[in-house]
Amino acid sequence: MNSILQAGEADALLEAAINGQLPDERGRFGPFGGRYVPETLVPAFERLEAGVHKHLHDPGFQDDYRRELREWVGRPTALSFAPRLSERWGADVWLKREDLAHTGAHKINNAIGQALLAQRLGAKRVIAETGAGQHGVASAAACARVGLPCCVYMGAVDIERQAPNVDRMRRLGAEVVTVESGDKTLRAAIDEALREWVTDPAGIYYLLGSAVGAHPYPYLVRELQSVIGQEARQQMLDQAGGLPDVAFACVGGGSNAIGLFYPLLGDDIELIGVEAGGTGDGLGENAATLATGTPGVLQGSYTIILQDDDGQVQETHSISAGLDYSGVGPEHAMLQATGRVNYVTARDDEALEALEELCETEGILTALETAHAYVAARKWARENAGKRILIGNSGRGDKDMPTLTKYPPRIRSHAST
Amino acid sequence: MQAHERLTAAIHAANDAGRTAIMPFITAGYPEPDDFLSTLRAIAAAGDVVEIGIPFSDPMADGMTIQRSSYVALQKGVRVDWIFEQLDKAGGEFEAPLVMMSYLNPLLAFGFDKLAERALASGVCGFIVPDLPYEESDELRAALDAKGLGLVQLVTPATPDSRLKLLCDESRGFVYAVTITGITGGNTGLPDDLAGYLDKVSATSKLPVCAGFGIRERSDVAAVGAHAAGAIVGSALVEVLERFDDPVQFLQTLAAK
Repeated sequence: MNSILQAGEADALLEAAINGQLPDERGRFGPFGGRYVPETLVPAFERLEAGVHKHLHDPGFQDDYRRELREWVGRPTALSFAPRLSERWGADVWLKREDLAHTGAHKINNAIGQALLAQRLGAKRVIAETGAGQHGVASAAACARVGLPCCVYMGAVDIERQAPNVDRMRRLGAEVVTVESGDKTLRAAIDEALREWVTDPAGIYYLLGSAVGAHPYPYLVRELQSVIGQEARQQMLDQAGGLPDVAFACVGGGSNAIGLFYPLLGDDIELIGVEAGGTGDGLGENAATLATGTPGVLQGSYTIILQDDDGQVQETHSISAGLDYSGVGPEHAMLQATGRVNYVTARDDEALEALEELCETEGILTALETAHAYVAARKWARENAGKRILIGNSGRGDKDMPTLTKYPPRIRSHAST
Repeated sequence: MQAHERLTAAIHAANDAGRTAIMPFITAGYPEPDDFLSTLRAIAAAGDVVEIGIPFSDPMADGMTIQRSSYVALQKGVRVDWIFEQLDKAGGEFEAPLVMMSYLNPLLAFGFDKLAERALASGVCGFIVPDLPYEESDELRAALDAKGLGLVQLVTPATPDSRLKLLCDESRGFVYAVTITGITGGNTGLPDDLAGYLDKVSATSKLPVCAGFGIRERSDVAAVGAHAAGAIVGSALVEVLERFDDPVQFLQTLAAK
């Protein structure tokens, strides 16, 4: 992907990223990002952008946001040393426990921040899309918390494989709309939410769940998720006695990964994002956007996408609904092009195996999405003995039980005796 | 005459004849790729400007009808290249000038310079790109300008006055006035303040203004025609094609040419 940037451009771009100068005023991370939206949505995006500028770094907003993170979300989340996994892998393995955040994943950091923003912008109701359902649950909870009605768009395929989360959303007072159009997963749900937003751009706040889409969403979501990396960095210094040699995070749209990586960009830490390798390398068999995609415009942003030669966006496959997306946040496209972050893949079967290993060694049922990060971390540990590894444990796996019941645990050595 | 001026001239000609210009939209190759050219010929004879929709996998500004037609056309192998090949086969013998409607990504993949060249050669006069706001359109406009092709700008009831002026000034061929804040194919009808809105756009624009979204019947065309130069008929026509009804007959019920 380095060919996207001119010689010498990569270093300048990375420096700008580290210095907090990206995105630029046009919402660009170098060549990536921007705002490709229908004219009907231009005023809505301009209003949102103005609202973000006015409120996001306002001390009053930050006070409210930090208080909600502390008192309602349960932050800071723990940094756990993983002794048995460390012993197996021959490394020092540390886990940033976003699974311990309220509603079970990092998604809540963004949802409560944007719900507070929606409140300040005078929205009458909130809409959201969801893939794995984690963002839908987080949005439902955050909207209840601030007293705004919430409607969640979810693809029919995802509704089936994430049934427990659908019930949770409804229990939390959200309306869940089944999306039968397009690929019936996250991409179709985003399209449908955008279509709804167009009908009442002033009354509706669209609470987008990942660091994707048109400006200012990739920026807004990154800012709200950066708390992950800020905490993890300090906790590593305090608990591990130093920064990690390497940090891993799974990447679908890329919000937990950008949240973990962004505060670490200026440090001497290798950063590795892990995408869904699905069942294989063929088009449609995975969601390995950065690993195999090409530049294009999808859902408002110039980024790397999975498409055919005619620019038609390809359907994806992953065992994890949260990684099953044909695009990726534009900041990740930039971080790949500059060479700062390396993006690799993990297959469905490898993720299942990693999930099981973490259950067995550390008593943590991690999300299928998150399990992908462990696959790459274990491989890296084999090649780099005795290093300090940080893994973004982005969410818990309770929601994956309908999928996991299809794959019974292997009989463990101590269980069979 | 530059290609985009043919669009303007066709709309003016209808108005000069005392009619509201009718601009039918079809999804290329829908419902049957084999019938594309014959449908196009018939519709070009019944309309004043024909909009050809390039199918896309993520038609985010469109409602269910056009989403469905797009999906079917893609399944049946309709691609940008194929559309140009078909148009070349027809040798530009259509009674109305053509404008293409496409989301940005298929055009990006095709390459802007090659696109402009092929479009001009195939008798296409301009493009409507619903997910390309003016601020992001420099590269495509430059490529189209070089061949005299137009990039039609869209305006909406929510467009602020200052922006409306900019978009009207920068548009080529005509100005596409979206009548409702919604997606295509809505059944909510035309808004109450339609006249005031279209009058404002028409007063701002030097080019003819064509209204689209929500135009389904003769009374809609009449309502729009009193305040704009043309009426764009999309989802309602695609529904006719979906039922394998006669599109020409339908267009004639909207307005006599």
